[in-house]
Amino acid sequence: MEDVLNALILMTNFVLVPGMAYGAQLALGALGITLIFSILRFANFAHGDLMAFGTMITILLTWWLQGAGFSIAPLPTALLALPFGIIAAVTFSLVIDRSIYRFYRQQGAAPVVFVMVSLGVMFTLNAIVRFVVGTEDRRFIDGERFIISAGEFKSITGLAEGLAFRQSQALTVITAIILVVALFWFLQKTRTGKAMRAYSDNEDLALLSGINPERIVMITWIIAASLATIAGVLYGLDKSFKPFTYFQLLLPMFAAAIVGGIGQPVGAIAGGFLIAFSEVTVTYAYKRFLGHLLPESLAPGNLVQLLSTDYKFAVSFVILVLVLLVRPTGIFRGRVL
Amino acid sequence: MSKTNVAALDIPYPTMIKTCHPIFLFVIMGALIAVVGFYQSWSIALAILQLCLISSIMALGVNIQWGYAGLFNAGIMGFAALGGLAAVLVSVPPVKEAWAAGGVNIVLAAVSGLATIGAVLFVRARIERPFRILAITPIIIIGFLVVRWFFDPAVEAIEGYNAAHYGFLGGAGLPIMFSWILGGAFAAGAAWLVGKTVLRLRSDYLAIATLGISEIVIAVLKNEDWLARGVKNVTGLPRPVPYEVNLQKVQWFLDLTANLGADAVSASSIFVKICYIFLFLLVLAALMWLANTALASPWGRMMRAIRDNRDAAEAMGKDVTSRHLQVFILGSVVVGIAGAMLTTLEGQFTPGSYQPLRFTFLIWVMVIVGGSGNNWGAVLGGFIIWFIWIEAEPVSLWLMGFATSSLDTDSPIRNHLIESAPHFRLFLMGAILLLVLRFRPRGLIPEE
Amino acid sequence: MRGGYGSVDILKNCTIAVDKGEVVVVVGPNGAGKSTALKALLGMLPLREGCVKLDGIDITSLAPQDRVAAGIGVVPQVANIFTTLTVQENLEMGAYLRTDDFSHSLEHIYELFPVLKEKRNQFAGELSGGQRQQVAVGRALMLEPRVLMLDEPTAGVSPIVMDELFDRVLDIATTGIAILMVEQNARQALCISDRGYVLVQGQNRFSDSGSALLANPEVRTSFLGG
Repeated sequence: MEDVLNALILMTNFVLVPGMAYGAQLALGALGITLIFSILRFANFAHGDLMAFGTMITILLTWWLQGAGFSIAPLPTALLALPFGIIAAVTFSLVIDRSIYRFYRQQGAAPVVFVMVSLGVMFTLNAIVRFVVGTEDRRFIDGERFIISAGEFKSITGLAEGLAFRQSQALTVITAIILVVALFWFLQKTRTGKAMRAYSDNEDLALLSGINPERIVMITWIIAASLATIAGVLYGLDKSFKPFTYFQLLLPMFAAAIVGGIGQPVGAIAGGFLIAFSEVTVTYAYKRFLGHLLPESLAPGNLVQLLSTDYKFAVSFVILVLVLLVRPTGIFRGRVL
Repeated sequence: MSKTNVAALDIPYPTMIKTCHPIFLFVIMGALIAVVGFYQSWSIALAILQLCLISSIMALGVNIQWGYAGLFNAGIMGFAALGGLAAVLVSVPPVKEAWAAGGVNIVLAAVSGLATIGAVLFVRARIERPFRILAITPIIIIGFLVVRWFFDPAVEAIEGYNAAHYGFLGGAGLPIMFSWILGGAFAAGAAWLVGKTVLRLRSDYLAIATLGISEIVIAVLKNEDWLARGVKNVTGLPRPVPYEVNLQKVQWFLDLTANLGADAVSASSIFVKICYIFLFLLVLAALMWLANTALASPWGRMMRAIRDNRDAAEAMGKDVTSRHLQVFILGSVVVGIAGAMLTTLEGQFTPGSYQPLRFTFLIWVMVIVGGSGNNWGAVLGGFIIWFIWIEAEPVSLWLMGFATSSLDTDSPIRNHLIESAPHFRLFLMGAILLLVLRFRPRGLIPEE
Repeated sequence: MRGGYGSVDILKNCTIAVDKGEVVVVVGPNGAGKSTALKALLGMLPLREGCVKLDGIDITSLAPQDRVAAGIGVVPQVANIFTTLTVQENLEMGAYLRTDDFSHSLEHIYELFPVLKEKRNQFAGELSGGQRQQVAVGRALMLEPRVLMLDEPTAGVSPIVMDELFDRVLDIATTGIAILMVEQNARQALCISDRGYVLVQGQNRFSDSGSALLANPEVRTSFLGG
């Protein structure tokens, strides 16, 4: 019995908890991608870098606050700086939209032109972020690190396996739940939210109903940039901040949005968790897990790992390609691609 | 919104920006390289020219896909890396001990992998839908276990053999130039697989899918050490041209440099670069001739007809899917060749250096800036963008130095600005792309 | 009115008028410019000559959205509902421009189309063809327009549904709304109309009361299939 318990704790510690946190981060990013896709009708390649930009502003302010001695311990100081990061990312997005994307909207350009333009924005944002904070790995978490550490857990329960629950993970999950509930309330219940859904559904009819597209687009950027910044800061708190990593997050986020069904907010969330858990479970070494469950004679000699950890990122792309092949509309029947 | 693939970016542009004559643009480009030769060094200028040539071949490949057919391939990096892998597999002598240690098992793993795929395809064709998944799942699981059964010990044995120097199977030990063909073949094979699966997607999804696939290719190359040493890199690939040290010992070369009054050491480096440039020019010329002939042929006109109005072409009985597959493979082959050439030039294969910004999106900037749909435009784009990509750093360093000259040498602002000068080129690329898309959406040499 | 796409005039000297509480039907062969005329009235087609007036006020220079705000309700021929929104949300979107309390209009539409009240929390995309048209008409009525323009509302629905829809259209007319309808089913549409226009090659060929047009032998042979 204790073996089973140990095995479960092990899985929770190394698969469930990290997967939850990572899934929540991906889901928030994928929500932004899916919203931009539904309203502006293009795949935003600059989303990972937008995330990096908002996070960078938050980090700079966090350092300043830390230097000035501000603290909201036990919570990380970054939470205090986060609103300003959001404002910066939103402002940036709106400026870019007004000065660049709007031109092509008025031209009625094809979606692929928008994608090209977003590549330009991606390069630019990439440069700005590297220019300001450099390319190194940055950690900016402070405050209490653990809600419960592996050692504490072991001494409380007397089990052989420990369960660590970091504060950043708890923060991620709680924030994600609050944001998702708020977003769904907004989309389902408010006049503007319904107008957004209407615009996404049938642009011409929305125009005939007097819905102002520029306003819808503006709100979309506000939401997408806010979610991106929050996701970025949570990811940075949980792991660390590095511009290149954030650029790379673009693909798992795309994968999450498409796997769930592009244009479907529910799908983006489901996709985020699906991608995160696939990455974690496929690359997890089950040796110790099986060691607890199986009699000693059957205990596996090797790591019992489906794929080496280096393939973590590749897993999401494989799922992406599989979904595109088998069910191109994604789990929740998004737009046909 | 209804257009699915639009190759010539369909945006009206201000007529006041007149189209310059292509030859004039190429002359300016040559002059810019000459300026580098005079002010920096001829060695740098020729090094830039070498990569300009390779870049323009890559851009040509992308232009075949995008300009001819409107296919948005964001997996250029993967095809270039496959070309690089070909360079390793062709030129490196086989590592006999590694083959002895794990060769049999690797072959068995490959055979059982193919057998699994065959079995799945067989079952898929024979069994009806509801039961299909029940039949296929165990085949895949068993197949996976069998493959791993052979593969894991093989990898361990191969990677265990003299890991510091080998730890991989090596190649065929042939002249490296053969890899330019094999690189194209690898790319063709990959493009066929990729094209079969994802070409039916709408343009931006095709981009995402190909971007993802290219990342998978790189992940495999980075981690499968038995194949090409992964991130441990394969260095010292044999060259198709003479080595500098050998040149410096050859009498005719010493005579030549003495006659020209040049220093033999620097002359040898320039001579080697010129040799490469000559080879690259040959390849570029051949590919350009082929590409332009194809574009002007009935086949090329049909491709453009499909691109401009897919529905009409389909209604006229054109098999759009297989045409797209064709053009996707052809473009990828060109990229694969360029990838093999690049690895040949560098003399080493470093999977870690393949990054989408440099190998995918930069090539895209070249195609858009040069002029999508026009092969000369793609070549010019390759030249210009590579030139800017390289020269942005010294220029921005110089600018930063100038701008901060009033600051103390140890002022943190000055140091930070000078340190971050390399990132300036990313900004420049973004700005150029955005400006061209806005004011010159058909590129410098527009499609005729 | 004169106008068209590019350099081609699809409409030439075409005049369409509709009064309060009146049902006016535009019929004509395919390609006669019926839908184009509707687009012109709505401002989706630049006019080269002529004007569009609503209650005597010239609205020729207004954008489509502004014409909607000024009191023109439209039911497009295709894609005229938000399929992923519920029935009630569709109606709410129809009232998007209204800042006052529109629950009264909502009740009114549910009275007119009782089935919509029943299905108000269902996604509009899940409804049958006839019910979808009811949602589309209801959506257009939410702004309480003075003119309701319908573009082939009976295309692709069964005859029974068509009759029911025409009945509702008459009901709507009795509330004082002017109704302008472009129709393929010429005979049935002219039956319920007060007046009708027969459009041929962008011009008014005949304009008369609905029953007179139905009685006109030339109209009968050429356009109503004998």
